Amino acid sequence: MPELRFAHAINRALVDAMSADASVIVFGEDIAVPGGPFGVTRGLLEKFGADRVRDTPISEATIAGAAVGAAMSGVKPVVEIMFMDFITLAMDALVNQAAKAHFMFGGQFSVPMVVRTPHGGGIGAGPQHSQCLEAWLAHVPGLKVVCPATIADAYGLLRAAIADPDPVIYVENRALYAMKGELLEAPTPVDIGKGKIVRPGQALTLVTYGAMLSRCIEGANRLAAEHIDIEVIDLRSLQPWDETLVLESVSRTHRLVVCHEAVEAFGIGAEIVARMIEIGFDEFDAPPRRVAAPFMPPPFAPSLEAEFVPTPDRIIAAIRDVLA
Amino acid sequence: MAHPSVKSIAPANGNELALALYSVMQTIRQSELRLSKLFAEGEIPGFIHLSIGQEAIPGGVIAALEARDTVASNHRGHGHAIAKGVDLIRFFQEIMAKEEGCCRGRGGSMHVADAALGMLGANGIVGAGLPIALGSALAHQVQKTGAVAVVFFGDGALAEGVLHECLNLASLWKLPLVFVCENNGWSEFSPTSVEFAAKLTDLAKAFGIPAQAVDGNDVFAVYNAAQEAVSAARKGGGPWLVECKTTRIRGHFEGDQQRYRDTNEVADTSVVDPVTRFEEQLTVMGIAKSEIEAVLVGVTARIDAAVTAAHAGTAPSFAAAFADVYTAKA
Repeated sequence: MPELRFAHAINRALVDAMSADASVIVFGEDIAVPGGPFGVTRGLLEKFGADRVRDTPISEATIAGAAVGAAMSGVKPVVEIMFMDFITLAMDALVNQAAKAHFMFGGQFSVPMVVRTPHGGGIGAGPQHSQCLEAWLAHVPGLKVVCPATIADAYGLLRAAIADPDPVIYVENRALYAMKGELLEAPTPVDIGKGKIVRPGQALTLVTYGAMLSRCIEGANRLAAEHIDIEVIDLRSLQPWDETLVLESVSRTHRLVVCHEAVEAFGIGAEIVARMIEIGFDEFDAPPRRVAAPFMPPPFAPSLEAEFVPTPDRIIAAIRDVLA
Repeated sequence: MAHPSVKSIAPANGNELALALYSVMQTIRQSELRLSKLFAEGEIPGFIHLSIGQEAIPGGVIAALEARDTVASNHRGHGHAIAKGVDLIRFFQEIMAKEEGCCRGRGGSMHVADAALGMLGANGIVGAGLPIALGSALAHQVQKTGAVAVVFFGDGALAEGVLHECLNLASLWKLPLVFVCENNGWSEFSPTSVEFAAKLTDLAKAFGIPAQAVDGNDVFAVYNAAQEAVSAARKGGGPWLVECKTTRIRGHFEGDQQRYRDTNEVADTSVVDPVTRFEEQLTVMGIAKSEIEAVLVGVTARIDAAVTAAHAGTAPSFAAAFADVYTAKA
């Protein structure tokens, strides 16, 4: 299997989707001639031409709104919002338009659009360029939200998102762009809504997604040295999320920790823990725990940010608490 | 389409075109008068925004369109839906919250849409139709369909950021998009004079977009301006803007007491009323009074039938609605 970087897997998915379907178009800020702020869309303009690959002005509300109108008129737009923090400027189009159109118009329209947007910290980008706001979008009926953690899922989830008839927010963690991994010669889409057991174990279920996956695996590996066997689940898809898989795992391990980079309060972890308590209360041998960012804006100073983003040490500490 | 198709009439046949336009305008007017009555009687949930006094704009603009052209509308959008040809029965059923409505009772007055007609929906968010129409125009351009997108927005949207973004992007990409501003002088409860510092046609021209202001209560003036704009946009000339000066005869929403407004402004509506004005014009054109009256009789009969059908409609199914948040898998 050829090895490539996470960003290249996203690029490959775009190339393959655009080659397979002439109605797929791509637009966003600096994505065509410059090839994207992180190089993710490099080469698309040359391959597919200026009609289908377009640089837009810095107009997030119109980028997202135009994607809605284009998707309602026969094309499949994949648009980029340069940092997830900027999605604030596009919220009307996403929340009131894209998410509602299918339902609100009685099923007459579908809105097959994808918003690609990077989130996450660790690069000193500060309070307005580091936020993980995926829970906001997962809260909106009508939107789907995915967040890949591996090379195969970066490719597979994007292909699935582009093929999906409904609006999908594809969240890519910037810290993963340079990560290397293998991709099949003929990679396949990954079903939206399906999680994956990345590391089987019996002692505790550790649920995560995105860039926290590698930190969770590191934590689990360190505990394995003490013969504590942690099961790690990569959610991959946040809305819908794989409730069945998590419940099945908790039914075996009887303990749950959820880890994400987003702020803990009112987050993805809150939903997962609440839901598991509702439908699996009798399975629990200990109260579940969350490991996430504290309730504060992402700080700039590397020393502060190092404490803000969950670490393997914090994950291990939470696991020990639950196992105690 | 319930009313005669204007496009099927030879331009030379002025009288036939005029009667078709009149039929559309009266269908809008009489439908809204009926909605007003139904609302007062408690037959319509939520709230409705009437476009009484503005009928010449959807009438004139949409007469200049082809069936494949797309339209994004706004909260005062009954006229756009009716002019685009939305079935009157399903229109009333929707606004009266019935399963049989065009949106299965899930959207109501502010969200009337018809995918088959390219009616991309009324919209509850001021200005939100602008980027949607822009995206639709982008789809037309990419797919080289030759279709044009039209967005109807009020002067209340002039201070929204997306208008400025969309004028810019439509011009940069030379999109087949026609901006139609229905300027009735009021931004909800405030006069637009205290909300918008610029002049819209100047603003459009600053972005290199041809723009003209017309008497929006003169249906032929609107029609002629729209013809020019739509034809240029269709030929690849890029976006156009038509500002239609009009009058909001009623309140912002039905039931609005308008304490903020000098009611003398609309005391004598006959001066501005586009329907009355057009009736006078039809007479001058030599169209018999009996023909004009026959249109009204026909329109009234269709509305009666639609309201009767709407009353007979059923309450929407919650289970069906809940199951339709996402598109069903094929």
